[in-house]
Amino acid sequence: MGREILRMENISKSFPGVKALDDVRFNAYEGEVMALLGENGAGKSTLMKILSGVYTKDTGKILLNGKELEVLNPKDAFDKGIAIIHQELNLVPNLTVYENIFLGREETTTYKTLKKDYMIKEAKKLLDRLKVDIDPTLKINEISLAKQQMVEIAKALSLNTSVIIMDEPTDTLTDKEVDILFDVIRELKAEKKAIVYISHRLKEVFEICDRVTVLRDGKFIDERLVSEIDEEEIIKLMVGRTLDEQFPYLKTNTSEFVFEVKNLTNKYVKNISFSLKRGEVLGISGLVGAGRSELGKTIFGLYPIDEGEMILEGKKVEFKSPKEAIENGIMYVSEDRKSEGLVLTMDVKSNITLSSLDKFKRALGLDKKKEERISEDYRKKINIKTPTLTQKVKNLSGGNQQKVAIAKSLLTQPKVLILDEPTRGIDVGAKREIYDLLNVIKKEGHSVIMISSEMPEILGMSDRIIVMHEGKIKGELTKEEATSEKIMNYIIKEEEDRIESKIS
Amino acid sequence: MKAKLAKAKPFLGLVLIVIVVSILSPNFFTKDNLLTVLRQTSINAIIAAGMTFVILTAGIDLSVGSILGFSGAICAYLLTNGTNVILAFLAAVLVGAVFGLFNGVVITKGKVQPFIATLATMILLRGATMVFTNGKPIAVKGESATNTLRYIARGEILGIPVAVVMMIVVFIICYHILHNTKYGRHVYAVGGNEQAALLSGVNTDRVKMLAYMISGILASIAGIIVLSRLSSAQPTAGDGYELDAIAAVVLGGTSLAGGQGMILGTVVGAMIIGILNNALNLLDVQSYYQMIVRAIVILIAVLLDRKDKNK
Repeated sequence: MGREILRMENISKSFPGVKALDDVRFNAYEGEVMALLGENGAGKSTLMKILSGVYTKDTGKILLNGKELEVLNPKDAFDKGIAIIHQELNLVPNLTVYENIFLGREETTTYKTLKKDYMIKEAKKLLDRLKVDIDPTLKINEISLAKQQMVEIAKALSLNTSVIIMDEPTDTLTDKEVDILFDVIRELKAEKKAIVYISHRLKEVFEICDRVTVLRDGKFIDERLVSEIDEEEIIKLMVGRTLDEQFPYLKTNTSEFVFEVKNLTNKYVKNISFSLKRGEVLGISGLVGAGRSELGKTIFGLYPIDEGEMILEGKKVEFKSPKEAIENGIMYVSEDRKSEGLVLTMDVKSNITLSSLDKFKRALGLDKKKEERISEDYRKKINIKTPTLTQKVKNLSGGNQQKVAIAKSLLTQPKVLILDEPTRGIDVGAKREIYDLLNVIKKEGHSVIMISSEMPEILGMSDRIIVMHEGKIKGELTKEEATSEKIMNYIIKEEEDRIESKIS
Repeated sequence: MKAKLAKAKPFLGLVLIVIVVSILSPNFFTKDNLLTVLRQTSINAIIAAGMTFVILTAGIDLSVGSILGFSGAICAYLLTNGTNVILAFLAAVLVGAVFGLFNGVVITKGKVQPFIATLATMILLRGATMVFTNGKPIAVKGESATNTLRYIARGEILGIPVAVVMMIVVFIICYHILHNTKYGRHVYAVGGNEQAALLSGVNTDRVKMLAYMISGILASIAGIIVLSRLSSAQPTAGDGYELDAIAAVVLGGTSLAGGQGMILGTVVGAMIIGILNNALNLLDVQSYYQMIVRAIVILIAVLLDRKDKNK
């Protein structure tokens, strides 16, 4: 067993309305790879952002080699020996490999000119140490993605680096490239570095990791040796929670189909088929990046369709823009309130009515009295907490902003309402209100497609569940048969098939 | 309350400048001089009204000065060749509309940055004006034409100069469009968050194209006023006017980031610039120094505004 290099104790972190981490502990050991596992939103990235200086912790202690460590910012963390390789690479494409490796810490002569030859030689040494063959004078955009990742690792290494965090490093790599990456990780292990490995791919965890730490809902669940645990148990640790009464599920008893999608295919999704009944909530589950939002936006007319068709109330429909979709009774509420959902510079009333201004048109301009009356009705119905309707939306809390976005969508009287991550980043109380609202929406006969990364929400509120992965539907489950394990199985099985096919 | 105060700020600035200038120069606060100021301001104010639409959508229109010059030249040419006055004016406005729309299409369909797209139009139309006029002024001939131009330049309606009345009408219409119509709401939405507007069912491309078209139309109307004052089309007419218009919009409290601001602020901004120019003349400040003073006033005003917004 390796020596303990890193120890994080009692780490807590809150964001407005959300407790992201609650008394979490996490260790990393010399010459070992520690997998950090958990569902979306379990707190993995928050924890790693605290370790790498992006966020500051509210409480708790970080010990590095037995000494307490205060990290102020990412540069400080790096200087103190903690390096992170982000999911999206942070390299400058039109600079060379060595220029990227030395970016921000260039070696200069006494005349402040660059010591190019020296840096090229040092970069070469660093890359040789990782046993990868890359010419340091090539530009980043001239080398493969896998090699770029190696450059990122080389950049992360300095003499005193002791902990290296890799966030979903194989996401964009082909198999052969994954093999190269694993060789590099083995080199790093041999150099007695502690490595933290975040991945959704359990297969990889069994291949390269020595231990796992599992987080769930911002809490530490367990730390185990990989050799003493199997896949099934890991999944159980990741999702195993009791579903309590936070989900006021309401059964719908209709059988009338409202909307049907047949073999929908485009740049983002492949061969999607499903149908939706009146007053039904269809949950779409899957990992981040599974193509769920893209599916929602494709239906909404934002992305062109290459193949397939959509049938709304028995009629074939096709939308060239969101405007046409809304006019036909399909509405989409974005997962990203701030950048796609609301116009933060406008007031509550103008946001609520933005998609339905035709309702207030009269001979010359808009009927502002009517606009005010109807916005007020919706404010009450949806319980938007705002001092006045003329308050700018940017001054509202996340939960109330979300309610404004939903009010806007309901005012268009949609037949099909697509809610993308309807409770992301809002507190428990507001979540419950959104769920109650979902039931009102159902009762009024609107049908809902709910895209969500939160497993309990999907299980708790959906009448039926579709599981998506890499742009395709991998399975469909009824409310009765759905469990987290089954959903995770659909996803993970897919990941395994993918990896196996690459190996063969 | 605080928000209201912030909105009133450009207006308070205007009042302050009026008071200071009145104290410094006894000739300032007289009816004649004030009407002169208004008359001089009307051209910039009308261009700035169109610019307000464009800036509210988070764009910029550098081509207004050149549109003014080109449509003025076309109008003068038609008048000199005996075209009906109304038709000649309509032709000028059509030129403004067409090139405004051209800007809009290049920006939305061609996905070119507004700065670059309108810079190209600015250079293009200045060149076209030079070619068309051969670099020489076109003097308007013909009795009915010169009479009409004289009326626009010197005439009065209820004691108010015609150009000023035109300015007032333009601002009333623009205010109505921006605050009481669906299109106006869409302008604010597109400038505030284009993606959110698109996902709310707003035809964002159309909104932007129309904004540039409105800007072009108002620039050509200003072109008619400029033409009337000289009774001839100068090939360099309108050169640099885009910058005064942008300054008026920004002084009026409209954010260059889009989505925030008001058309009434633009009138006030144009007035501040107009009064400043007038006062500097009354006070016999040398024209070279005038530029420096104007720059300082604009900088101070905008800095004060920024400081407020960061809070």
